[in-house]
Amino acid sequence: MEKGSAMSLIIDKPAAPARQVPAKAAKRPAKRSGTPYAFLAPAMILFTLFLAAPIFYAGYLSLRKVQVSGLGLGAKSRTEVWAGLSNYARSLTDPDFLPSVLRVGAYGLIVVPTMLGLALLMALLLDAARTRESISKFARISIFLPYAVPAVVASLLWGFLYLPRVSPITDLFEAVGITAPNLLSSDLTLWAVANIAIWGGTGFNMIVIYTALRAVPTSLYESARIDGASDFTIAWRIKIPIVMPSLVMTFVFSLIATLQVFAEPMTLRPLANTISTTWTPLMKVYRDAFTRNDIYAAAATSVIIALATFIVSFGFLKLVGRRAFNQED
Amino acid sequence: MTTMTAKKQNRSTLATTLLILGAAYCLLPVLWVLIASSKSAGELFSTFTLAPSTHLWDNIVDLNNYRDGLYWRWMANTALYAGVGAAVSTLISAMAGFALAKFEFRGKSFVFNVILAGVLVPGVILAIPQYLLLAKVGMTNTYWAVLLPSFISPYGIYLARIFAAAAVPTEILEASRIDGAGDWRTFARVVLPMMRTGLVTVFLFQFVAVWNNFMLPYIMLGDDKLYPITVGLNGLLNQGANQPAMYTSVVTGALLSIIPLIALFLALQRYWQVDLAAGGVKA
Repeated sequence: MEKGSAMSLIIDKPAAPARQVPAKAAKRPAKRSGTPYAFLAPAMILFTLFLAAPIFYAGYLSLRKVQVSGLGLGAKSRTEVWAGLSNYARSLTDPDFLPSVLRVGAYGLIVVPTMLGLALLMALLLDAARTRESISKFARISIFLPYAVPAVVASLLWGFLYLPRVSPITDLFEAVGITAPNLLSSDLTLWAVANIAIWGGTGFNMIVIYTALRAVPTSLYESARIDGASDFTIAWRIKIPIVMPSLVMTFVFSLIATLQVFAEPMTLRPLANTISTTWTPLMKVYRDAFTRNDIYAAAATSVIIALATFIVSFGFLKLVGRRAFNQED
Repeated sequence: MTTMTAKKQNRSTLATTLLILGAAYCLLPVLWVLIASSKSAGELFSTFTLAPSTHLWDNIVDLNNYRDGLYWRWMANTALYAGVGAAVSTLISAMAGFALAKFEFRGKSFVFNVILAGVLVPGVILAIPQYLLLAKVGMTNTYWAVLLPSFISPYGIYLARIFAAAAVPTEILEASRIDGAGDWRTFARVVLPMMRTGLVTVFLFQFVAVWNNFMLPYIMLGDDKLYPITVGLNGLLNQGANQPAMYTSVVTGALLSIIPLIALFLALQRYWQVDLAAGGVKA
C-alpha cells in the first residue's frame, strides 16, 4: 500500500481480488445474533421504502389505466383498471419514443468512448512521471474540477459559451475568416450536449484510473524499461491491462449515467429551441407524467428504460467476462 | 545517445502540452463565468467574451435583491440537503457495511446481493414513482421529500463494507466485547474511528451526488423557497428567456454556486486519494 490506496480500494477492489484483505480478518459468528439485523435495519427500511417500493409501484402502475365511464364527470366516473400491456404498446409506438431512444444511443456512442478514452490518456500522461511535478499537479486538479460543478451549472456555462452572440468559438472562427457554425442548431445540438457530459465526467474517471495506476508497484515496469520497452509499449502492454478492471467499472457507471441524461438538455432548452420536450427518453417520461398527467405511460416508459439499462450493463459485463462486483463470499 | 535524449525530450513536451490542453479545456467555462459575472447586462452580449468588466459587485447586489435574497435561501437549502443527506447516509452505510463485513447471519448474502443490484439501478428512474408514493402520504413539496431518498446509498453501503473489512480487525472487536462493551458502544467508540478516512470518502461521494442532483428536487418541490441551487438556477434561466436582464443574475449565481464545492474539493483533496495506512490500522 503506497500511494492512493483509499481510492484504489474504492474503485479497483470491485474487480481486483488480488488485493483483498487476507483471511486474517475472518468472521466468526457473533454471540448475539440479533445485532447484525439491528445494524442493518435503518438501511433495509430505507432501501425498501425508497428503492424497492418505487420499483414495484412503477411496475404496478405500468399495468394499470384509467377507465372513464359516462361523461367522465364526478369523482366516481374515473376508475383505475388493469390495462395488460397496453401502456407498453402505447409507449413503444409513440412517435416520439424511437427518435429519443436513437438520440440517446448516438449520444452514448459519442460520450462514453470519448470520455473514457480521454480519462485514460490523461491518467497515463499523469502517471508517466516525465512531466514536471507542478504541471502534473495543476493538470490533475484542473481536470478534476468539473466534477464539482453540477450538471445544471455546467450546462448553463456551456450554453452561454455556445450562444453565437457570446461564444469565443464564434470569435475564433471569425478571426480566421470562416463563418462560425451555430453550435445550438439542430445538426450540432447532440454534440453540444455530449461535450457538456464529457467535460463533466472525464476528470472523475481520470482520477479513478490514475489511482489504480499509482497502486501498481513501479518494479513491474522497471524490468520492461531495462529491456528497452518504450513508454508507449509499457502503457499498452502493462499499464492498460492492469487498469482494465477499473475501466470496466467506469464504463458501466458511465453507461448508466448516459442513459438517464436529463439535467443537461433540460437546462439547455431555454437557450436552444432545437431541444424538444421529448429529446431524451427520460424527458419523455417527465412530460408524460407531469405535463400530460399520464402516469401510466410514464411508468411503462420508466420500466422500459430501467430494463434496457440493466440489459446493456449486464450484457456488457457478461461480454467482458466479469462479475459486476467482487463478491468475496 | 543525443537523439535518444532529444526524442525523450520531445515526448515529454508532447505529454506536457496534452495535459495543459486538457486543463485549459476544463478551466475554460470556469474562467468564462468568472469574467462574465463582472459584466453588465448590456456588456454580456456585446463586449468581447473574455474581456472582464467592473460590474461584479453590482451583479451580486442585483442577485441579492432578487425576491428578498431568495438566492441565498437556495444556497442554504442545498447545504442542508447535501450536508444532512450525506451525514445520515454515511452513518447508515457505516452501520450496514459493518454488519455485512463483520457478522455472520442468515440472509446475509441475499441482503448483499440486493444492495449490489441497487447500485446498478438507474437512480433518476426512481424519481417519479418516489414522487407518487410520497404524494400519497402528503410529503411532497417538503424538505423531507428531498432528504429521505438521499439517506439511502447502496454504493455507500458497498464502500463501507469494504472499508470495514479492511480497517477493523476482528481481534479488536473481541477485545472490546471481553471488556464488557456493548455492540453499539463498540461501534461508536472503536469501529467508527477506525473507518474514519473511508467514511469521509463515502460522505464526499454522497455530498457531491446530492449537491449536483437536479431531477429529484425538480420533481418533488413546487415551492421555490425549498429549491436547491440547481433547480433555482434552472428556473432563473427560464425567466431569462423572457427578460434577458436576468441573464447577469443567472451567470453571477452560477459563479457563486460553484465556489463552495470547489473550496471543499481543494480542502479535502487528500480524501480523494489517501493512504489507508494513515487510518490507524496496523494489523
